[in-house]
Amino acid sequence: MTGADDQEVKLTCRHVWKVYGPAADRFFTSGKGDVADAAGLIESISESGHIGAACDVTFDVHFGEIFVIMGLSGSGKSTIVRCLSRLVEPTAGEVILDGEDLLRVSRDKLIDIRRHKMGMVFQNFGLLPHLSVVENVAFPLQIQGVTKEKRLARAMEMIDLVGLGGRETSYPRQLSGGQQQRVGIARSLAVEPELWFLDEPFSALDPLIRRQMQDEFLRLQQLLHKTIVFITHDFLEALRLADRIAIMKDGRIVQIGTPAEVVMQPADDYVSEFTQDVPRVKVITAGDIATSADLHPATDDVVDEHATLEEIMPRFAAGSDVVAVKSGEGAIVGSITAQMVLSALADSHAAGDAA
Amino acid sequence: MSPAHLRARLPAPNLLVWLVFGVLAILCLILRDDEKWLVKYPKDWMLPIEAGLEFLMDWFTANFKPFFRLISDVLEWPMRGLQALLQASPWPVTIAIVAIIAYAAQGWRLAAFCIASLFYMMIVGYWDESMSTLALVGMSVPLSLMIGFVMGLLGFQFRWARRVIEPTLDVMQTVPTFAYLIPILILFGIGPVVGMVASAVYASPPMVRNLMLGLQRVPDNVIESGQMSGCSAFQLLFMVRIPAATHTIMIGVNQTIMAALAMVIIAAIIGGFADIGWEVLSTMRKAQTGQSLLAGLVIVLIAMMMDRISRGFAERTGEIHVRRSGNYIARHPWLSSMATAVVAGTLLSWAAPVFSAYPEAWIIYPAEDLNQAVSWFTRNFFDTTDAIKTYTLYFFMLPMKAGLERIARPGSWGFEMTTMASVIYWVILVAIGGLAARLGGWRSVVAVALLGILFYYGASGTPWPVFVVAVTLIALQVGGWKVALFAFLGMAFMLLSGAWPRAMLSFYLTATSVIICFVAGGALGIWAAQNDRVSAVLRPINDTLQTMPLFVFLIPVVMVFLVGDFSALLAIIMYAIVPAIRYTEHGIRQVDPVAIEAARMMGCTERQILWKVRLPLAIPEIMVGLNQVVMFALAMLVIAALVGTKGLGQWVYDSLTNARFGQGVIAGGSMALMAMIADRIIQSWAASKKRDLGLST
Repeated sequence: MTGADDQEVKLTCRHVWKVYGPAADRFFTSGKGDVADAAGLIESISESGHIGAACDVTFDVHFGEIFVIMGLSGSGKSTIVRCLSRLVEPTAGEVILDGEDLLRVSRDKLIDIRRHKMGMVFQNFGLLPHLSVVENVAFPLQIQGVTKEKRLARAMEMIDLVGLGGRETSYPRQLSGGQQQRVGIARSLAVEPELWFLDEPFSALDPLIRRQMQDEFLRLQQLLHKTIVFITHDFLEALRLADRIAIMKDGRIVQIGTPAEVVMQPADDYVSEFTQDVPRVKVITAGDIATSADLHPATDDVVDEHATLEEIMPRFAAGSDVVAVKSGEGAIVGSITAQMVLSALADSHAAGDAA
Repeated sequence: MSPAHLRARLPAPNLLVWLVFGVLAILCLILRDDEKWLVKYPKDWMLPIEAGLEFLMDWFTANFKPFFRLISDVLEWPMRGLQALLQASPWPVTIAIVAIIAYAAQGWRLAAFCIASLFYMMIVGYWDESMSTLALVGMSVPLSLMIGFVMGLLGFQFRWARRVIEPTLDVMQTVPTFAYLIPILILFGIGPVVGMVASAVYASPPMVRNLMLGLQRVPDNVIESGQMSGCSAFQLLFMVRIPAATHTIMIGVNQTIMAALAMVIIAAIIGGFADIGWEVLSTMRKAQTGQSLLAGLVIVLIAMMMDRISRGFAERTGEIHVRRSGNYIARHPWLSSMATAVVAGTLLSWAAPVFSAYPEAWIIYPAEDLNQAVSWFTRNFFDTTDAIKTYTLYFFMLPMKAGLERIARPGSWGFEMTTMASVIYWVILVAIGGLAARLGGWRSVVAVALLGILFYYGASGTPWPVFVVAVTLIALQVGGWKVALFAFLGMAFMLLSGAWPRAMLSFYLTATSVIICFVAGGALGIWAAQNDRVSAVLRPINDTLQTMPLFVFLIPVVMVFLVGDFSALLAIIMYAIVPAIRYTEHGIRQVDPVAIEAARMMGCTERQILWKVRLPLAIPEIMVGLNQVVMFALAMLVIAALVGTKGLGQWVYDSLTNARFGQGVIAGGSMALMAMIADRIIQSWAASKKRDLGLST
């Protein structure tokens, strides 16, 4: 386990509903959305010709975590991330940021929160076509009334951070897709947000560029430790980036878990459709299968808990019977035998075949 | 959804309804000679709409006139000031400033063009008149943009405002230009302010529409990124939406400028400002061909300059601005070069009076030479031009107007309209109908029958119940009951207000010219779509035809063919053929290349590809073009009243010269209604075609 459970919660999404239609409000008596029979309500929503874009969505996002919401188009993932920032006004529910319900704050307060606490990256970049790169990045600061000198200096810092130094006077349409999205990223980071929303940031890019940008994103997160909500329709991208994944279908969350949990114990057939073709050796990590029964294994072989099975297997091939697993801080947290690796892979395959 | 399914939802009248209509039509046509009311709508059945409108206007003027006169006085001052300034400033200053602006807009070519144009105005001796026109446009455009901006913002922000604004714009853009002048003339009193106010009002719709469109079209993710940057509503509008929509807004500015110029020229009819429009009009009335040509060219040049400059700025909105560094002068090259021009020009004019005002002695005014050239041309080619005119009149226009039954004489058609001859006519028509039935089904038969009736009885001889029912049924067929109801009520208004006979005359002239435009323009469009060279030749011609104020079209036509319906027809065609060419070409060119490749792989010849693939797929676009042709034709129809046509246009003109508000509203309103009925019918036809082809969602 990654141990995310005991971390402090930054953002909570609780019983959030977004219903489209002529009389969407009538389904909810209280604004909190905590209805007794959610499944029944969903049925009556669709029967009455309304559309439930997000239904009873509940999750927590922890400090410094990359929380990925994965779903196919129309699953409600974009609606949910917009509910979190109130770009879309939820029909019912609570969105609690640092203990405060965002859905009940005033318009002015919301603007203030967006200015200082949130940053967002958009699928089609959302750059302002009439502003140069540096002006785009400085735009959120300009909105806040930061002096020109300060905001341009800050924007230049961000441009360097995303590796676009030298292109600051270009205009968005002079840049490639990947470069435009770097501008989008730099802009969303300019105000030093605590909460970082990324709505399919790499979906509009070519596969090779996408891969580069994912690496870039992980590098940035190592530096910045933001609390992140990341939206994607690409299951492999979710596995690659996520600390935890929420899988959505038809406006509902079907499963929340670490990549390994989702791969090894898919909640239903829908999830296992995705997991079937996933190479498990690349997803399951040492931490996922290590046993803490033997904290002092007789070996010098030590692996990091985030190492994938693919990375550990050569050790066993070279003759080790057991390897020690250490946490990020360096303490030994458990051990793994070759037998355990084999059974983890065998189990998940069996599960896959059964599905 | 399948097309058949879609059609099933519309309450389309079927064959049976048309058969019932056919019986009714035959009945009406047989009873026509005995029951006079069938052709001539009786006076007793009309409502006193005109008197009511006059009464309203009298009450309004009695109460509000001082208020409007006050506005008039307030507006007149800055306008006279601007006129005086433009006329008094040394010509090198004016030319240099215009050239600098043109250079900034599009580069040295345009600057050279502007310099040459301004020199022409000066050498011919129309400098002061041109400056008066510039002053009028210079005052009305900012007013118009302000009105347009406020209205557009309201319409964008509030749904209720949009509900009011959109239909108002529809009416504003279909009401004939002269009709604008009537209420403004009555309220503001005779004077140049009328033209200015009229053009400020008339020119605002494009700004309103483009602003609303531009703001709505800003991509969602750009808006959202603005919101997530923490924009307040005000910041979102002025720092995100409006800048992101600049291009569309600038196109609106361009259209507004051109519309303002067009109206300023038309408003010259009121007189009192010695502008170039007045010069054209008065010389044309005196049949001074050479003079009106010289003045007309000034209008054309002004129009082209304004269009190119404003379009240049619109196209440059997306360009990269290189930040200039250095001192103030280096950072503001345009401003400082203009300042230099003002200073240098003023100094020059002090040094030598030649640079202050262009000397009269140097004016070259070749009007007499032109007159002689024109009369030489008309003398030598009279036979040709007269033959063209006579043939078109007798074989096409007059039957459409008064009916073949009254036009066919031994002198023109070579036979008397005896019973025998009319029987032969109907037999031929039935034969064509039979052919249509084989080729296009019963709908084509209905179309042939309607055209046959129209050609035989003429627009003025067709019984009004037949006409009203036919149009209502067509509207029902293509657009559903809402369109049908609108068409019916519109025609009822024309009948009840007594506008019907004149409306039919306008209908005849419009229909005739639309048919010619559609056929000839369509052919040119097809040709241009197939041949890049033809397209390259036609494009600048079309551009020029479209930027010219409507007046100008009358000059060459009257020169050669004198006043009358045929001249009006030609003027209308020259103006209204442009959209037919453009939309046909665009429609054919934009057909999905995959469909064409597929056809080619099936072994289609180029001709087959054109007729079986390109044209059918281009039909919705061609329909939009047809719609534009109708709108353009109606706009020109009013202006054509100046060359002596009869009909609504002439009625509008008449009510303007006699300041008859009621008649003006009825005539102008009827023209607007004709335009809107045609618009609704053609639009819904195009939309259903588009749905059938799966080209729209």
